[in-house]
Amino acid sequence: MGQNISRRDFSKLLFTGAAGSALGIGAFPLRAGAAASKRVVVVGGGFGGASAAKYLKKLDSSISVTLIEPKAVFYTCPFSNWVIGGLKTMQEIAQKYAVLKNRYKVDVLADTVVSVDGVKSTVKLKSGKVVGYDRLIVSPGIDFDFEAIEGYSRKVAESVMPHAYEAGPQTVLLQKQLHSLKDGGKVIICPPANPFRCPPGPYERASLIAHYLKENKPKSRILILDAKEKFSKQALFTKGWERLYPGMIEWRSASTGGRILNVDSSAMRVTTEFGIEKGDVINLIPPQKAGKIAFDAGLVDSSGWCPVNPVSFESLIQPGIHVIGDACTAGAMPKSGFAASSQGKVTAAAIARLFRGEVPVAPSLVNTCYSLIGPGYGISVAAVYKLTADGIVSIKGAGGLTPMDADDDQLSEEATFARGWYNNIAQDIWG
Amino acid sequence: MEEKIKVMLVAAALLFASVPGGADAKEREEAAVDPRGQILAFSCASCHGTDGKSVSIIPSFYGKSPEYLEMALKDFKSGRRYSTVMMRHAKGYTDEEIRLIAEYYGTVWQNNN
Repeated sequence: MGQNISRRDFSKLLFTGAAGSALGIGAFPLRAGAAASKRVVVVGGGFGGASAAKYLKKLDSSISVTLIEPKAVFYTCPFSNWVIGGLKTMQEIAQKYAVLKNRYKVDVLADTVVSVDGVKSTVKLKSGKVVGYDRLIVSPGIDFDFEAIEGYSRKVAESVMPHAYEAGPQTVLLQKQLHSLKDGGKVIICPPANPFRCPPGPYERASLIAHYLKENKPKSRILILDAKEKFSKQALFTKGWERLYPGMIEWRSASTGGRILNVDSSAMRVTTEFGIEKGDVINLIPPQKAGKIAFDAGLVDSSGWCPVNPVSFESLIQPGIHVIGDACTAGAMPKSGFAASSQGKVTAAAIARLFRGEVPVAPSLVNTCYSLIGPGYGISVAAVYKLTADGIVSIKGAGGLTPMDADDDQLSEEATFARGWYNNIAQDIWG
Repeated sequence: MEEKIKVMLVAAALLFASVPGGADAKEREEAAVDPRGQILAFSCASCHGTDGKSVSIIPSFYGKSPEYLEMALKDFKSGRRYSTVMMRHAKGYTDEEIRLIAEYYGTVWQNNN
């Protein structure tokens, strides 16, 4: 439960006369009229932040929107597994900010936020510049808990054991390591415990690495040492692996030797509760937490993530600051690029209404995650979410997985739609 | 803070439940775009493109009529029309929500012209 409201309170307010009058009470200046100043600063130009920036301008072009993102090119995590598997190039997952800047008139600053002053409503940038806001949207994505695993560190990740869970140089490093792997080599993938970014990500990665190895180094093997007992789309992945890559991928759950105790980066070894595993390529995905700026701005609770109001994604800790994407806790929604974008749009709509002195409408949120098992073998999971007294919940009877008995035509169609999905969501956010 | 969340939840629930309430109903009528339809419709754009204008193999709704879109969504919902993923999505919306989404995409392209 992310909200400080009980089911009973919610129903009581909803179904009694108190609801109508609650709209007019002074706790929240809903009827105060339109805001004189409408400045929004968005921190982070990924799926969440860029969506929020574009949709704010689309909803009300008189809102001044500043997007602060240090990278001129944003490489998307979605489809970075396709690059690792040799099915896409880095250029094909590169997103830029020219359209947001030129067409939507978003002020894009290539800078980094170093601190947030919630009292003065300003952010301070690395360049020394101070930018004021009326509403702040923080969409920083994830940060890694490198210290959680003995022997692992940022330096180890950047040199020998990439996590490749932020697309860019890490993706390229993992791809290079696979290219120099000898035939018959062993690839170890270590996915983290929940919650983490892109729940099916490590398993799509295993699939597409298997695809690359099958084509180029067919005697090689993949071992997945998991910190979990089960994983997203498990039955569909397992079936796909048996069909496309028989005998190539072995998955071990946490309790059957998957849990990692420490790593030795010079010997390329991983120690589990059951013994030592040696890998030629080791892709260790460490546990995660909200991006650094969320911690610095005091938006994070003891879970390591940011609690938010599910209507507007406004922080439950710092008023006036909204947190979207992987960094926030959004009920049943997974940490995915799609979810972040969906939250970005809902937040943009809420802020546009708040600036007009109107009540934000109930959020409607969606997630669709495609995973590729082979070039013509796609699977998906979908969900539609609504707000209830239990927070953001997945609507029963809707959504769900690709059917287990899907035939080859359906699986091929899903792979085709996965490609289409990428092009359209990228266009919807950055184009 | 807690009070504020309650107010927002209640306000949102009222709009969601389509309760014809007070001052807001009047303002909504005056607005060109139904805000509920808009927020429901924004989800679709992630796969179908901004304003339903697809740049890929995924079908575009741009230029389609509200009647056509409403029928298509209802057919996906009932299972009468096959789709890999739309049958799963459409079940997440009430008939009224489907009508609002269809109305949004059936008219947004006219407003853009």
